Amino acid sequence: MTTTTTTVKSEKEAQKDRSQARQKEMIANHFKKLARAKEDGKKVVYTFVPGNLAELISALDMLPVLPEINALQSGMRKRSGAFIQEAEKAGHSEDVCTYVKCDLGMLKKGNIGPTDEPLPPPDLLLLSYTGCFTFMKWFELLREEYKCPVVMLHVPYQAGGEITQEMRDYVVAQLRDEVIPVMEKVAGKKLDMKVLQQHLALSRTAEDALVQVWESARHRPSPIDGYFGGVYYVGPIFSSFRGGQDAVEYYKELLEETNDRISKGLGPMTPDGVMPKEKYRLVVEGPPNWTNFYDFWRMFSREGATIVSSTYTRVGGLYDTGFRHDPDKPMESLADYCLGCYTNLNLPSRIDLLEKYIKDYQADGFLINSVKSCNSFSVGQLLILRQLEERTGVPGGFIESDLVDPRYFGKANIENRVQSYLQMLEARRNGGR
Amino acid sequence: MKCVVGIDLGSTTTKAVILDEQGEMVGRGITNSRSNYEVACQVAHQEALISVRFAMLERVGAASENGTGERVKALVPAVKSAYRLELYLHGLDDLEQVIAAQMGRSLLNRGRASLEPSVKRILAMARENAPALFAANAPRRSDFFRDLAGAAYVAGAEKLAKENGEEFEPLVAAYDRAILEVETHALQQDISTVLKRAVNRVAREQKDGEPVALALVRAADQALSQPLHEVAFVGTGYGRQTLPFPREAVRSEILCHGRGAHRIFPGTRTVLDIGGQDTKAIQVDGHGVVTGFQMNDRCAAGCGRYLGYIADELNLGLHELGPLALQANTMVKVNSTCTVFAGAELRERLALGQRREDILAGLHRSIMLRAMSLLARSGGVNNEFTFTGGVCNNPMAVKVLRELVVQNYGDKIHLNIHPDSIYMGALGGALFALDDLRADKPSLLPTTWAAGAAA
Repeated sequence: MTTTTTTVKSEKEAQKDRSQARQKEMIANHFKKLARAKEDGKKVVYTFVPGNLAELISALDMLPVLPEINALQSGMRKRSGAFIQEAEKAGHSEDVCTYVKCDLGMLKKGNIGPTDEPLPPPDLLLLSYTGCFTFMKWFELLREEYKCPVVMLHVPYQAGGEITQEMRDYVVAQLRDEVIPVMEKVAGKKLDMKVLQQHLALSRTAEDALVQVWESARHRPSPIDGYFGGVYYVGPIFSSFRGGQDAVEYYKELLEETNDRISKGLGPMTPDGVMPKEKYRLVVEGPPNWTNFYDFWRMFSREGATIVSSTYTRVGGLYDTGFRHDPDKPMESLADYCLGCYTNLNLPSRIDLLEKYIKDYQADGFLINSVKSCNSFSVGQLLILRQLEERTGVPGGFIESDLVDPRYFGKANIENRVQSYLQMLEARRNGGR
Repeated sequence: MKCVVGIDLGSTTTKAVILDEQGEMVGRGITNSRSNYEVACQVAHQEALISVRFAMLERVGAASENGTGERVKALVPAVKSAYRLELYLHGLDDLEQVIAAQMGRSLLNRGRASLEPSVKRILAMARENAPALFAANAPRRSDFFRDLAGAAYVAGAEKLAKENGEEFEPLVAAYDRAILEVETHALQQDISTVLKRAVNRVAREQKDGEPVALALVRAADQALSQPLHEVAFVGTGYGRQTLPFPREAVRSEILCHGRGAHRIFPGTRTVLDIGGQDTKAIQVDGHGVVTGFQMNDRCAAGCGRYLGYIADELNLGLHELGPLALQANTMVKVNSTCTVFAGAELRERLALGQRREDILAGLHRSIMLRAMSLLARSGGVNNEFTFTGGVCNNPMAVKVLRELVVQNYGDKIHLNIHPDSIYMGALGGALFALDDLRADKPSLLPTTWAAGAAA
């Protein structure tokens, strides 16, 4: 008989898939390149995950730095707490987005990246503004610190729930008339359209594979975890690697792993190894907590709960509703990519998407992890909860934590809620028993 | 008799409920949660077991022969009080030993020579006054040893300080240190031995009724000899994860509270439970199955502890707050949602000359407004609405809640409150244990506890 004392058995190092090891290596290489950027004469562009123009950056032979990724990596490596305190010492309030504070704190502590390599200062801040108001303030702060040029791509919010031709034209015009000229000036070279098209073609290949990985969750048991595992799956495509051969190889391997698990009838990889039995299928809205990522994951995986789909894994690109980067329409597809990121969707569209996931992946329930310091996305989440319950009849759960501030992760409280929620699903399934 | 047990380990109190195989509640017990959760559970469990024995004693006693039945039955409340008295005396002995041992260990305690006789005198006074504490007409008081012994000890220390000029602080410090340890001691004696002693004490007092005394002793023997088999068990509540319970025997308190409330009031669709540090808003369906819930997060302002803190600030008992607030002429608006700030605001308003009753009324409203917000988040208040947890014993809390429900959800909502509502979580746990028993997969108590069942 298992006892509760054994469930808190030593949290040994989390088990990982081959593709995860490959990704780790890719990231380490990227940070090495960044550390050598000045010596190698490479220009460095800081930009955000949602709406990142990775193909343009690489076509101009520049290197991207993604501050949110650094922040979440710092969170996972237990460094964010000290960085946040550093930023608070500099005057940033408790209520400010903790990604921002983590990033600023890291900068103030010498800008040593998560892999212990120094991060180069930016030659350009490329502000792709996709739904998150804080992004603008963040780069205003970085501009003060680095005194470097900023170029802003203003992506109109999908207030009406669709991308209109006017919106697309507006973004394309900005790319053509403002963003690309500034990037070319910083890069010291002209954009070669053919090179951009090659990168876009590689993006599309990787995106096709990723969508197949997402859709594999229709199987029972699902071979993937579309949230905790999913944040690894989106790692390359959301960050520096989209448009490159490395990402194509990564997604090929990930898809092979996934298909292999399907053929063997296996569940997803979890920190404790392959999940032995799928008991619950859930959809999750909201980002994970990074400071206690594995604790948080284990709260689900040890109860047999697989996350079959999530919206957080669509913030850097929404591909499973059909969008792909298109080498034949380079500017339009870059515009559509930015316009279509999950962060740029209005509340009704977010509800529609969640409803689709709940139904497509036959979820038993859905859970919202609401982040206190994320003003842009936490607002309206209770409305999302109510609407989804009404539309799907599937029960929703609600928990609160934070991105990278370890002070806002109350393990006992969160575990209590997760367990209560899962036991509620069980009780409902058994008609009360 | 076969029975199942549910234990609700709360942050303030620990409750146990025992059901028979038919699902009838045959026993229940409560104690204060303390630094040692396992002991708290064992004590609550023992309390529940003893209440089963009392119920048996009542039944067996009523059937006593030679026309003594009614009189024997009428003595059961006195036996209960005598039992409490015996436990209390036992606790005082333990307290004396612990204080002596701690003084012996403390090399820094230079005052030991003068303190020890004073402690002995204080505890002797406490023993002397003990029977009055448990007399039939004694005023309402706490049921917990910590509170009773603490009050008696402080009174004794004050007396010595006043009459003999002894130093009050070191005396009380000795108590404060010792009580923490005393509370971690599980009852060393078998509860049937204590019960027998209580029965004998009451029997001795029956001056002109030898047949009644004999019948009582006989009934007690009979009640104690009936075997009690605890065949299934479920634990719930805040501290459940810390206990050596099988994983299968641990259920979320959300499910347990929802189910317990629905069992008592089958029309229940929304449950509000305000405990020591949690406020839970729970929606249940027609079968008592939870369909949604919300809990307070990160902050326990607006929970039972808030009232406890305010009571301490005012030097009042927790149970006095509600009745006092009911005497308000007006409701002062309290702005602080933080418990500590509310304490400061209370002092400030008192200093400004506002009435205590009026401020207390405002504090009650402030708690209930937080509860209303959680209820709204959980899906609102649906008919019928059941209020549970320790705070529902507070009449002002209930009054304010009723008003707010009418304001926000109209006057068609029926509000249920039950005197046993503090036991809802444990009751729900016991109902799950009964399910497990019926499904032939019961979880059993840790073997170290099994001895209690024999009592």
